[in-house]
Amino acid sequence: MLVKREIGAVELLQAVLRRIDEVEDRVRAYITVTREEALQQAREADRMLSRGEVASPLVGIPVALKDNLCTIGVRTTCASKILYNFVPPYDATVVRRLRDAGAVLVGKTNMDEFAMGSSTENSAFFPTRNPWDLGRVPGGSSGGSAAAVAAGEAVMALGSDTGGSIRQPAAFCGVVGLKPTYGAVSRYGLVAFASSLDQIGPITRDVEDCALLLRAIAGHDPLDTTSARFEVPDYASSLEDGLRGFRVGVPREYAGEGIDAGVRDVLMRVIGLLEEMGAVVEETTLPHTPYALPCYYLIAPAEASSNLARYDGVRYGYRTRDAEDVVDMFMKTRSEGFGPEVKRRIMLGTYALSAGYYDAYYLKALKVRTLIKGDFDRAFEDYDVLLAPTSPTPAFRLGEKTADPLQMYLSDVCTLAVNLAGIPAISVPGGLADGLPVGVQFIGRPFAEGMLLRVAYCVERRVGTFMAPLARDPAAAGCAYHGSGGDTAGRGKDG
Amino acid sequence: MALLARLALSEEEKEMYTRQLRDILEYAARLNELDTTDVPPTSHVLPLSNVFREDEVGEHLAPEEVLANAPEREGGFFKVPRIV
Repeated sequence: MLVKREIGAVELLQAVLRRIDEVEDRVRAYITVTREEALQQAREADRMLSRGEVASPLVGIPVALKDNLCTIGVRTTCASKILYNFVPPYDATVVRRLRDAGAVLVGKTNMDEFAMGSSTENSAFFPTRNPWDLGRVPGGSSGGSAAAVAAGEAVMALGSDTGGSIRQPAAFCGVVGLKPTYGAVSRYGLVAFASSLDQIGPITRDVEDCALLLRAIAGHDPLDTTSARFEVPDYASSLEDGLRGFRVGVPREYAGEGIDAGVRDVLMRVIGLLEEMGAVVEETTLPHTPYALPCYYLIAPAEASSNLARYDGVRYGYRTRDAEDVVDMFMKTRSEGFGPEVKRRIMLGTYALSAGYYDAYYLKALKVRTLIKGDFDRAFEDYDVLLAPTSPTPAFRLGEKTADPLQMYLSDVCTLAVNLAGIPAISVPGGLADGLPVGVQFIGRPFAEGMLLRVAYCVERRVGTFMAPLARDPAAAGCAYHGSGGDTAGRGKDG
Repeated sequence: MALLARLALSEEEKEMYTRQLRDILEYAARLNELDTTDVPPTSHVLPLSNVFREDEVGEHLAPEEVLANAPEREGGFFKVPRIV
């Protein structure tokens, strides 16, 4: 639409900014909105478009960035007190790639502190609310990004996913979210949480946008030694290839007990649609699934305890006012600067790695990780993709799961194993349950993002895209949607 | 544990965290149900090893940029309370 000059980049951005003005007081998706910089970028985009210079389909597109992505000159807080005033002197690689593509960077979105959480309630600043029901969470940890896209406060967004933090909020907010294969997208400039699990990925209104955004950010980066060398396909060009003969496996461990009835209904309906489109859908098994949660909650905190050791008040961020000596400074700075969930995970991780416990906990978890990955490798010998719910329930209420950390961790059961195995997965809206969006998750072999986008596209063609009541009518009080069935909103890139 | 992680906790916090961590670790002990005798650990999912580059100076940050976020600095140094 922008290329055809039906609407200018500045116009588009202004529509997005107007929407932010209308709903942000209720949604609170953003920590920082970079209005002036965005307008400058939009003007530049319009100049490029009028000269016919269209380097990328992202020219002039307003994109929101999770606040754990370093942006030069723009405060990057990771939703933590300890980085409340941190202004990075460099851009993350994905941010640089978006700038080079001519995208317009709208601002930095809210998240669970240091990406630790599943509801965005762990933000040190404020919780973000779900545009579908303001009394409910948007999911986490990329809750701000998902809510912004769902509310029309950005056209696209980037999030990060360590245990489900892109896919679960996408599911809760009725939008598309993809976690790429580990190594497919550079982590340079992503504030590290768990280095062997973290990946940056797109959160968008529809599958085509997801394909376009993924292409812009994926690919080897010499600045990230864990990034893979591979040829980045034109993901958007193979979306319409269809599903005839496609083999889909549904792991029974993800479809039984513990899954909400409404979620299971949506899953069954999607299975029916896949079969109508010519795919073969069968039950399969990933026997080590019950061990994914304990495995993750040893590995991720262990890596986090190491990564978060750098927050000591020396070179940047918060430093305690009165300290007797440097060790006292470290302890007070960290105790005052970190929230409870972060402290919990640092201690858990420190314990798992400490002498005497390393073998019993961390090393054991690494071995179980091999078994979990093995389950997927075996499943992919028989199936092209696997299908599962993204989350056992739709979005829960704020405060519902904050009393017991383990309860919160359990909401990630459908997403964690994917990060442990390093494989890609996408969440796409499959339907509604009691008026709330339900996401279904397709899981693929390493570097099979193209296949995942293709099957997600097919599902989207049948079920449509979903628009939150708040996005359809920003003046609405934002109470729960009391309709039945899905809403099909067009896939135009209008603000 | 808190000392090792350089965290100062109040008595109340210590109690709360001890309880919560114990619950989580009990849950984590489920991993012992599995026999992993001959299973190699996976610390890294990609088959990468020894990703090196030439020891050449490339793009880098200027000292001023690096010091810009310092809570306290003196000249080209980050300043901290006494170490010894």
